[in-house]
Amino acid sequence: MEILVCIKRVPDTSENEITVNKEGTDIEREDLVYSVNEWDNYAVEEAIRIRDKVGGTVTVVSLGSEETEEVIRREMAMGADKGIHLMDPALEGSDGRGIAVALKAEVKKGGYDLVLTGAQADDGAGQVGGMLAAMLQRPFAALVNHIEVTGADTLRIGREIAGGNQEFSEIRLPCVLSIQTGINEPRYVGIRGIRKVASVEIPIHGISDIAVPAETVGKTGARVKRIDYFTPQLGKGAEILEGSDEEIIDKLIEILKSKGRIK
Amino acid sequence: MAPMIAYILHKNGVIDDTALELKSAAEMLEPEAVPVAVVMGSKKDVEGVCQEAARSFATVWKIENEALSYPNAEVIRPLLSRILPKGSIVLMPHEHFSMDLAPGLSICQEAAYLPDAVGFEAREGQSLRAVREEFNGMVRTHVACDLTQGAVITLRPGAFTPNERKDKSGQIIDKTPEAFQEGAPTLQRRFIELVEAEAGDVDITKSEVLVSVGRGIEEQENLEIIHELGKVMGADVSCSRPIVDAKWMEKSRQVGTSGKTVKPKVYLALGISGSFQHLGGIKGSPFMVAVNKNPKAPIFHVADVGVVADILDFVPKLSEKIGEAVK
Amino acid sequence: MIVEFISPAKASFLGIPAIILWWIIPLAGIGIFSYILYRRTRPLCLASFDPRINRLAMRIGATVRYALAQYRQPRYPLAGILHIFLFVGFVILSLRSITLVFLGIIEGFTLPGLGGALGNVYMVVKDIAATIVLITCLIAMIRRGVFKPKRYDVPARYGKNHTTEAVFVLLLISGLMVSDALFEGSLVAYQFQSHLETEMVLPMTLKGMAAAVLAPNAASTLQAVHMAAYLSHELIFFFFLCFLPLGKHFHVITSFFNVFFMKLDKGTVKPVKWDVSEEQLDGLESFGVKKLEDFTWKHMLDFYSCADCGRCSDNCPANAVGRPLSPRFISIKCRDALFERYPLWSGAENEKTLMDGVLEDDEIWSCTTCGACEEECPLLIEYIDKIVDLRRGLVDEGRVPQSLQKPFSALEKRGNPYGKMEKKRSEWAKDLGYVKVLGKKASAQTLYFVDSITSFDDRIQEIARATARVLQGAGVDFGILGSAEMDSGHEVRRFGEEMLFLELRNRNTEAILESGVKKIVTADPHAFNALRHDYKGIPEVEHICQVLERKLVSGRLRLKKIEDPHVVYTYHDPCYLGRHNGIYEAPRRVLDAIPGIRRVEMERSKDRSFCCGGGGLMLFYEPIEETRMGKLRVEMAKKAGATVIITACPFCMVNIEDAIKTSGLEGKMKAMDLVELVLQQMDWGALPNSKPTAETHSEAKNGH
Repeated sequence: MEILVCIKRVPDTSENEITVNKEGTDIEREDLVYSVNEWDNYAVEEAIRIRDKVGGTVTVVSLGSEETEEVIRREMAMGADKGIHLMDPALEGSDGRGIAVALKAEVKKGGYDLVLTGAQADDGAGQVGGMLAAMLQRPFAALVNHIEVTGADTLRIGREIAGGNQEFSEIRLPCVLSIQTGINEPRYVGIRGIRKVASVEIPIHGISDIAVPAETVGKTGARVKRIDYFTPQLGKGAEILEGSDEEIIDKLIEILKSKGRIK
Repeated sequence: MAPMIAYILHKNGVIDDTALELKSAAEMLEPEAVPVAVVMGSKKDVEGVCQEAARSFATVWKIENEALSYPNAEVIRPLLSRILPKGSIVLMPHEHFSMDLAPGLSICQEAAYLPDAVGFEAREGQSLRAVREEFNGMVRTHVACDLTQGAVITLRPGAFTPNERKDKSGQIIDKTPEAFQEGAPTLQRRFIELVEAEAGDVDITKSEVLVSVGRGIEEQENLEIIHELGKVMGADVSCSRPIVDAKWMEKSRQVGTSGKTVKPKVYLALGISGSFQHLGGIKGSPFMVAVNKNPKAPIFHVADVGVVADILDFVPKLSEKIGEAVK
Repeated sequence: MIVEFISPAKASFLGIPAIILWWIIPLAGIGIFSYILYRRTRPLCLASFDPRINRLAMRIGATVRYALAQYRQPRYPLAGILHIFLFVGFVILSLRSITLVFLGIIEGFTLPGLGGALGNVYMVVKDIAATIVLITCLIAMIRRGVFKPKRYDVPARYGKNHTTEAVFVLLLISGLMVSDALFEGSLVAYQFQSHLETEMVLPMTLKGMAAAVLAPNAASTLQAVHMAAYLSHELIFFFFLCFLPLGKHFHVITSFFNVFFMKLDKGTVKPVKWDVSEEQLDGLESFGVKKLEDFTWKHMLDFYSCADCGRCSDNCPANAVGRPLSPRFISIKCRDALFERYPLWSGAENEKTLMDGVLEDDEIWSCTTCGACEEECPLLIEYIDKIVDLRRGLVDEGRVPQSLQKPFSALEKRGNPYGKMEKKRSEWAKDLGYVKVLGKKASAQTLYFVDSITSFDDRIQEIARATARVLQGAGVDFGILGSAEMDSGHEVRRFGEEMLFLELRNRNTEAILESGVKKIVTADPHAFNALRHDYKGIPEVEHICQVLERKLVSGRLRLKKIEDPHVVYTYHDPCYLGRHNGIYEAPRRVLDAIPGIRRVEMERSKDRSFCCGGGGLMLFYEPIEETRMGKLRVEMAKKAGATVIITACPFCMVNIEDAIKTSGLEGKMKAMDLVELVLQQMDWGALPNSKPTAETHSEAKNGH
């Protein structure tokens, strides 16, 4: 099976607060570190497992600036066979649709049977997979947390839906799936793994390489544009109890009593 | 004026609460518009939902077919694009089903896609200034959405105040023939079965008081202090997703959009940062107490009372005092 | 009439001289034995390089101490003394057994030097020894067969009980003793009957008893017993010899070598490959141990040498809390895998990897590298290096538990396992005002290496502040590296991520050398061990307890009297201060320098200290376990009557404080770091300069 996984380089938010810069034009990026979007990492792992079972190749593609290469390389160290770096000044400022347009061209060029994306990203909206599928006129499923190859052109997939329930469907290949976390346990990639693939060539594709008209992507093609960033001003918020632990607990118990929760 | 469409979700013949939020959002977008509610489903449950929708919407489009007995986005998307006028503005709540349906629908409609909006701020001609969240709500952004060729907009559930007025007696129009004019869409994705989450020993959806624990508990062994508090308060214990992901508690105890929806009277959020996925599982505005060591945790925005403390230190002391108070 | 009593060498059966048999049995026995040994050494030849033929004086010393003098045996008194009896008996009696073998071939053979008076003395000694050995065997059999000490149990997942093999071997040894006694006893009885001169026979010895029992029998019977006993001895002796390399009694042959080739440097971790330099690591196809042949030859010898005594697992904290790890079965399972893969009669088989069939991932991740097993092993078998090598293999294949992947990637990106920002590393020191951040503007004599947990954990920052205050009070000119400090990488290395460790080490080394300090001090034994053993070319490193001890001796630090006389203190030895670095006394002397202190020892202390649960990345790992090590440790402290557990390690603090909470002992018991206690007891008035304040030391702020 020829599998393409679309990945994204995102700020690592695990322990770090994301704040808005002074001008409100972006988040404060100076102290941030970046990694591959968590959901995408699960998608790559799943692709590798499928390939190891049924054969074929896994290609990872990412659209972004020069630094994007590091996440492509990381996923190649994980076991992806090929990497493609989509980079072109014309692609800057693309919205989800613009990204999907470029990816569609890439899928057409490579003739992939299965396209995986992460279900969402911290700085995204979980849209590219569904758009890409529609552009390719291929079936799609979002939030996939189970994949089984059941036939030459069928997969049995599970989707995570409300209430912790799981919905199982049969989907025809070629298709596009967006992957939810927890579908597998991604393998570890260390410095050594990355060094091993350090010299592997990652082709850079510009829009002319994939025959995408400039006006369909980038700022000009975008229908949804980010204007600015701001810190949410939320309602009154909680009344923060102050004092020593003992005082706080006494107050809290009073409050809970008044709500009839402690007799 | 672009046609305004509200896609109504329903389950077991009951209309989803978000229908009223869609209505108010539509009115914000275009005060003069007459939003059309679209209800799709099987014969069994579509009628009641249409009637309920007609109390809020002047026009309700009904599409009824056995192929729609289970909401399969791959079936619904082509049907919708057959009946929706080009340039429509389609609203639907942002959740599991719409994540499946909406992005592709925007492509079929050649419309813009604005996902997971938490607010509309202004409309200047064909440009909508909306608010979105990024990085788990740590920052927000203003976005400009171009409505020229229509748009598919998904709304964060709970973010738009529902318009509770049910003073309409709307007209129900059967759009089934139009939708199925070209026959049923080719089935590329066939629904097989639904595997329900294992029912746990406690049904937290019925609990009056919930002591809910999140990542701040750090280690599985520390859960004892939460169970202890639950015991002295006579409350049930629930949790956020990381606790279930770590397999420290059963899935049936998880509160959130990917877990259970709960409606307690009092909700204690202990070491829970307060992602919208978690908050999405809390309904009926309970009295919320949040304890978190990070004073900037988003949970403090929504809680009624907050304590900035490490739950590992605070909770045992609280249990002890409550234990004494109860005696 | 005196019938001639025929010796084995002159005997014949059915006209065929018996000497033929006495040639055949030894030759066949030695032949088979040599063949088995040859087959057993084959995997060692295919194994990884391991330079162990060096520092011969130390090795000879160790061999005398641990192999000949059986130094570690008495740590388990009954089993130890029984073993020493068996061992000494074995040594003495092996000479006799060799003599016996030759007696069948050469009439009246004696070993060189044992022909005359010395020989007579030897015979008496040997008779006594044989008697003791038989008694020992009987006691050992009763112990194994009836009382069944718990540590010999074989949990179901590790296969069948090993008692049969143990008892069988004891029977073989007993058989040797009895056959020799009958062989000689029959001769003595004959000589006695015939009024011939007999050698000296002590009555209470086996030989004496055999002679007495046999005395009433006819000479022909005695002759038959004599021959039968000789034959039995021959058969048992050579059967036993060939049986040794088939199981745990291989240690009889290998242990001497195993001890001689022991690991001499405690606290260190072996390089990825001994014969591959750090610069060449990138060129390696594979990392760590994935298949049996990836082990070094010494590690294979360890497997052969394991005597299955169970002391390692008896002391292993992971085993005690029900984690799926028992060091004993690491050895036994790998030994059996070696036997299976390298069978005696056919070529190599079973191309399976170690981690899919022999060992399990959770087993390998469960180890805290506390070193209790290695400290206990009478044969000095190594475990930590093997565990680390196996982890290196798992890391190389990406088989890292999700719980460890996050801290690994945070360490790679941010230099600490929490993913906190580098600039926040020195935030703990802000309020103190006088802690210099070394760099272009500030320099100091001593570097206080803080390490990650002490820099970032809210509770443990208290230890950092206490350390800084005490250093300041003791007049030490010190500073920290601030954001230039990276995690020491101690646990990173021990969790098998060697490349990440090297990266961290190189960055730290550069920062340390750039700071120009002359000395390094740390309050974290893990950092201490890393800087001391894993780093090269940096200034001398001390743990804070060593500095404190010195300052107390020199009078630069004075401590005031304990206020509450009811408080009972106990000291918990951190693994990486105690076992891995031998620092047991310094912290105790610091404690005892506090006037009026009441201090008790826990049953498991010093080199038998019980790990609190492990440090560094172990805090992130989610083990399968029934209880927690910390909880057991707190129970031990309670049993000792202590109300305050003093530690000298941030991770011990985390684990023990946690355990006090979850054991419901809060308020009744507490944990304190040694430095925190010293700070509390510091007699500022008695110091040459008074208590530091932010104002008086404002000039030092510049570096911040």
